[in-house]
Amino acid sequence: MPRQGLRRSHLTIIGALIVCVMLFPVYWTVTSSLETNTQIFATHPYLITPQFDWQTYRIALQTQLPHLVSSLIIATGTTVLCVLVATPAAYAISHLQFKKVTWLIVALLISQMIPSVSLDNALFIIFNKIGLLNNYFGLMLTDCTFSIPFNILILRAFMQSIPKDILEAAYVDGAGDLRTFIQIILPVSKSVLITAGLFAFLFAWGDFLFSVTMITQNSFQPITVSIYGYISQYSQSWNQMMASAVLASIPAAVLLILSQRYITAGMTSGSVKG
Amino acid sequence: MSQNNLTSVVVGNRASISKPRLGLARKRAIIRFLFILPTLIFLAAMFVFPIIYNMIMSLENYTTISIATGNAPFVGLQNYIQLFQMPLMSQATWNTLEFVIGSILFQVIIGMAMALFFKRDFPFSTFLRTLILLPWLLPLIVTGTIFKWIFDQSHGVLNYILMQLHIIHAPIGWLISPNMALISVIITNIWVGIPFDMVLFHSGLQQIPDELYEASSLDGANRWQQFIHVTIPLLRPVLAIVLMLALIYTLKVFDIIQVMTGGGPANTSQILSTWSYTLSFQDMSFGQGAAVGNIMIVISLFFSYFYLRFTKES
Repeated sequence: MPRQGLRRSHLTIIGALIVCVMLFPVYWTVTSSLETNTQIFATHPYLITPQFDWQTYRIALQTQLPHLVSSLIIATGTTVLCVLVATPAAYAISHLQFKKVTWLIVALLISQMIPSVSLDNALFIIFNKIGLLNNYFGLMLTDCTFSIPFNILILRAFMQSIPKDILEAAYVDGAGDLRTFIQIILPVSKSVLITAGLFAFLFAWGDFLFSVTMITQNSFQPITVSIYGYISQYSQSWNQMMASAVLASIPAAVLLILSQRYITAGMTSGSVKG
Repeated sequence: MSQNNLTSVVVGNRASISKPRLGLARKRAIIRFLFILPTLIFLAAMFVFPIIYNMIMSLENYTTISIATGNAPFVGLQNYIQLFQMPLMSQATWNTLEFVIGSILFQVIIGMAMALFFKRDFPFSTFLRTLILLPWLLPLIVTGTIFKWIFDQSHGVLNYILMQLHIIHAPIGWLISPNMALISVIITNIWVGIPFDMVLFHSGLQQIPDELYEASSLDGANRWQQFIHVTIPLLRPVLAIVLMLALIYTLKVFDIIQVMTGGGPANTSQILSTWSYTLSFQDMSFGQGAAVGNIMIVISLFFSYFYLRFTKES
């Protein structure tokens, strides 16, 4: 670099400061969740919690556990459903010749742009008629509207890069499309399948709009709807709400730590190369 | 296009191999179709059908009674006419416009600045950059809840900090004052969007060869000149995609506003998405909610057209 300017270690300090400012809301959530009701409403708020009050979490977990389980079921189911539908389609789009393949890709791109609110309105009425309200499978289907188009495009971006020679060799050996798909494509695509699965999970876990309309019975409600209901009901128990917010954020945090590489890759390949 | 040629060569080979057995070729075509069949069914059932259904509903007086009886009286364009006669129509449209422009402007500027900063090589650069992704991954309901607490008038930390710094003298009712509610939700949405823009810009910046910077600095260009004459022109395709995606994403935002203000106070933070929801699920006039939903689809498709044309070109 031609300009000396700042030392590299100074850049690290500035970078850390940027992160502190950006993540301050998250930090504030965690500290607030560990405070008692008196501490949280003190005239001078504590920057660092004086003493951890795990009681908040005990109560939050007691009320939110069924909803966390609900969310887990819905997000897992959505992930499985989405990967089952999206993976073969991505393979077909990238390697099997279809005449109208461009139309399918355009349809997938457009479907990502349709506002969920517009779909939600009609799907509520339709699901009501066919008995898919208050049904986990129904909600998984609606949650797939985020992830199936998105994931087909991510998977396709990767599968296009698989050399045709490998596939051709398999065909010459007499393997059909199905066997090529299972024995060659799937093992090679492991990392991108993880990425796709992560996004499907996170989208479904974070969904609120479909959940709040499709699930009306309290016992089925996923965590997002439960937090929303909690806010309107107990608007002053901020520590409880923050503890629930932390609990609901755990999957996002865990996935970020475990697989940040995949997440960045997915964010860029799902949109730019789409 | 070279890829297409390659595929046709490969397929040509395969076709010649299986030529003698026509029945097999047919079987293979069916198997191939089965690969995309689930997706086609899904798109038809979860996108095409609901959109058509929504269009029909928007022409009906669809209420709770309709849900019970299963039929709704056809009213033609009455829902749309009524909507356009409401002062809320122009208010929600303006709010949406302000929300979209305010969000995107700051997301893009801050995201770009951060991408430029984290492009430089220093210890822990990747680690710090990864941490910044967190806001984008949190469930939006959680984000909304967090900011509702931060913006709280009497106990929120934002007012506390601003008062301590003597920037303000009395606590601001961020979410309950008609002048501030929309600004508050815009700030929240900016926070959510920054990481996404940063990641896309960052990957765009990596594509720019270092030699270009070296050459321009030999020519005596300073950092700012490099940014204007090297970075911006080469980043234009990425910038266009970011702008388009941010636009489409921001039009869809619902959760944040619903949890923070519910569109209030007095509809000052009501945007089209929250309004459509309110019409359907709180006022129970599903026909009108569908009509607003359709207006949103038209707006989104309008911008998708430019996005598609752009991605096709590049």
